[in-house]
Amino acid sequence: MNPSILTTRVMEALAAGRKALIPFLPGGFPDKDRFFDELDALDAGGADIIEIGVPFSDPVADGPVVERASLSCLLNGTCLSWLLGELSRRKGRYKAGLVLMGYYNPFLQYGLEQLAADAAEAGVAGFIVPDLPLEEAGPMAAALAGHGLDLIPLVGLNTSEERLAAYAKGARGFVYFVSVLGTTGMRDTLPAEIVERLKVVRRLFDVPVALGFGIKSPEQLTAFGDLIDAVVFGSALIAHIEDGGTAASFMERWRD
Amino acid sequence: MKKGYYGDFGGQFVPELLMPPLLELEEAMRTIVPSEAFQNELNALLADYVGRPSPLYRCPNLSKELGFDLWLKREDLNHTGAHKINNTMGQGLLTKYMGKSVLLAETGAGQHGVATATAAAMLGLGCVVYMGAEDVERQSHNVKRMKLLGAEVVPVQSGTKTLKDAINAALRYWIAEQNTTHYCFGTAAGPHPFPLLVREFQAVISREARAQCLEKMGRLPDYVVACVGGGSNAIGMFHHFVPDGKVKLIGVEAGGTGEPGCYNSAPISLGTPGVLHGMRTMLLQTREGQIEPSHSVSAGLDYPGVGPEHAHLGATGRVRYDIAVDSEALAAFEALCRREGIIPALESCHAVAWALTHAREIPKGAQVVVCLSGRGDKDLGIIEAYERKGGASA
Repeated sequence: MNPSILTTRVMEALAAGRKALIPFLPGGFPDKDRFFDELDALDAGGADIIEIGVPFSDPVADGPVVERASLSCLLNGTCLSWLLGELSRRKGRYKAGLVLMGYYNPFLQYGLEQLAADAAEAGVAGFIVPDLPLEEAGPMAAALAGHGLDLIPLVGLNTSEERLAAYAKGARGFVYFVSVLGTTGMRDTLPAEIVERLKVVRRLFDVPVALGFGIKSPEQLTAFGDLIDAVVFGSALIAHIEDGGTAASFMERWRD
Repeated sequence: MKKGYYGDFGGQFVPELLMPPLLELEEAMRTIVPSEAFQNELNALLADYVGRPSPLYRCPNLSKELGFDLWLKREDLNHTGAHKINNTMGQGLLTKYMGKSVLLAETGAGQHGVATATAAAMLGLGCVVYMGAEDVERQSHNVKRMKLLGAEVVPVQSGTKTLKDAINAALRYWIAEQNTTHYCFGTAAGPHPFPLLVREFQAVISREARAQCLEKMGRLPDYVVACVGGGSNAIGMFHHFVPDGKVKLIGVEAGGTGEPGCYNSAPISLGTPGVLHGMRTMLLQTREGQIEPSHSVSAGLDYPGVGPEHAHLGATGRVRYDIAVDSEALAAFEALCRREGIIPALESCHAVAWALTHAREIPKGAQVVVCLSGRGDKDLGIIEAYERKGGASA
């Protein structure tokens, strides 16, 4: 199998002496037209990987900021086929690796084989599916692998070493470490036990490690040093745009 | 069959952060629930606190009119007025045995919230109940009861502000508080092992009913009927009859107003397979996989999904799932009030309605058992509002 685009993007950032930046923006946010302007701005502004949210009516792993944005995207008519169609028209335009983040049911209804084919055609490199643990991931992982796409494992503070090892087996792209026992959303402090847990993750996984959930400023990352390779931020970016900012002005804070 | 599945339905579609508490719960089910100590304590609580066994009662007046014997399994006579208490006493006790201190629940109509708050108060546990903001308005009486029992009731403002969103909010809370808190799921749905756990505690209904039928009828019944929202009273009512192939099992879903294109709560009859709340099951959803709002005059049936075992029993044909609409349920409500002196919950009225509307196909002299899952005091406001609109007796 070809090397993962997502792994490659993270390694390139590390080679340039910095952590890879992975912003999250819900597809169709803040509206269907401006979404692609902001996506361009994230790409131009130094994003190494961009997580595009596929809105779902019942986003159970998300906090209020992402949920609100997600529901507003559904109201403005964003759906998976529109998103894939528009990305397909723009294929080859983005330096950053593209990942679709969404809940399982919309993907399942689309048809997993068709999804994998259309996503590959649209230039998508991987998927993050928060309600698809190890036990249920088989069918989607198989469909994606057939088209060279990655299914990114999500693990957390309470994931046992045994389960981490199972997730690590055959992991592609990167591993997403969830920083808190909770939903997405900015937090002022992160749990101290993250460091010990990251050491285990680092030991077991061959792919780069990304930290996400609760991150609102670059200063929060200094405690983790070389234990992480990439950082994911969603709610902070959404809130910044809701407050009248742009993806371009948001990325300025993170680039250095 | 794959772990946690009923045919194609079931599973554990949850964030990885919820897998450890689900695995812990599976282990507790395997080791604690079957233990003699647990069973003895639970059975004593069910007998002396809940008031079990509940009677199997033959309706004399309606039976005469209908030409078949209409029996009611009187879960409405349980403490707190519904079958929900069977499950919450079971899960509450299990929570204590697991060494956790808080019971978390979601509730639609409020009956499960009241039953959870009751178990928590009785067992000395904390209690947090998530309830859709719209249901908080519709069911203010039950909100008061929960607060009196010491529960913290948290209104949920997101989404459709009903049961579906209360479940989302409770799952989010559980992710964060899993070390101290047990999620006392209210129906035989959700991720494995909840459908199995809730069935375990509700199966007492059919265990009793089957024995009572043999004693009172001298044989097994011809029909066993129960309403299906999430499906906990129905799975409890069906479980011990499932191997009895000659007993016709009827699950009754809520059809809403019954107008073309109206919202309903009948995912087995009118939905398609999909994934929500940790399970693969039948769902009311758009072609794109977004969950559709549901509707029923009875808040307790107002849910866009259904327990996975029901989806399976429907797919295999062992249980026939039909629909009763709001007006039929209200007619059944009136019939039971006026003819038998029993004020039933609107949920249970859907099951009674099936027996009334299908009277012609039911042979003379047949034995028909309906699970009367709860009492109707909580619904008087809804009935009054419906009558004001000229619905019920018009």
